Amino acid sequence: MTTFRVSVHITPRRGILDPQGKAVESALHSLGFSGVSSVHVGRHIVVDTDSESADAAIESVKAMCERLLANPVIEDFEIESATAA
Amino acid sequence: MKFGIVTFPGSNCDYDTFRAVVDTLGESAQYLWHKDHDLLGADIVVLPGGFSYGDYLRPGAIARFSPIMTEVMAHAKRGGPVMCICNGFQIACEAGLLPGALLRNQSLQFISAPVTMRVENAHTMFTSAYEPGQIVTMPVAHGDGRYTADSDMLDRLEQESRVVFRYVNHNGEPTADANPNGSNGNIAGILNEGGNVIGLMPHPERAMDELLGSSDGVGFFESLLSSVAA
Repeated sequence: MTTFRVSVHITPRRGILDPQGKAVESALHSLGFSGVSSVHVGRHIVVDTDSESADAAIESVKAMCERLLANPVIEDFEIESATAA
Repeated sequence: MKFGIVTFPGSNCDYDTFRAVVDTLGESAQYLWHKDHDLLGADIVVLPGGFSYGDYLRPGAIARFSPIMTEVMAHAKRGGPVMCICNGFQIACEAGLLPGALLRNQSLQFISAPVTMRVENAHTMFTSAYEPGQIVTMPVAHGDGRYTADSDMLDRLEQESRVVFRYVNHNGEPTADANPNGSNGNIAGILNEGGNVIGLMPHPERAMDELLGSSDGVGFFESLLSSVAA
């Protein structure tokens, strides 16, 4: 067993109104970042978990996302990396 | 009639609900601790408002895994009435007792104010004491009340008359201005498929006395009493 550090990005599903993202987007526009066309604010979760392999750690965090960490009705998630902690 | 009111860490409307049931209705009520595995013979279960688990992760996301929720789900599956108010509505959506989800208010602000709603379906066990189309006033107090579901589910809720309460203005029109949180279709409250689980963001238990601004919440509890007794 090795401890893996797994990072997950959770973002509001595209198409669902994201007022927080909109507020940040207009703040960026007012700072002069005129090229910005879309901003979404989500969560970044880091989990340390014991696993046989990096792949198994990713599978396990995927199950965590489906059951708790993300809400499949409104959010998408992406597992960014799994490295030995 | 016995009400079981679940107390999660961070619930703050459990006491208001208890007083509404006991003082106004003259019925009995019992608190149910979230770690328990027993509804203590409750005929009606209430998931009350508050900030269970500090709204960590998402409102209701952690409370739905509380031990008592296994019993609440079984009670709902047997057709037992469940009233899910405010944070209770959020918990019920997370638990899959009700479809959809409640997102951050469109204004990004916490709203504590009275709202007006229209009773869209007065043929439910929670609304039979109201007239169809009746305009009622109850307070809201939430930061995450924007009801959201995919368009198929929204169509289904409308077709099956499961949108029970809708935010409207004083003329009874569901305008954008009358919508406190940006909910899809101005939806304030919905029913599950079986008609025995209701979720709503406004607080009927805080609208039990004219002295406190409104007694329009009384009908919500009275409807249930006559339905369950029948």
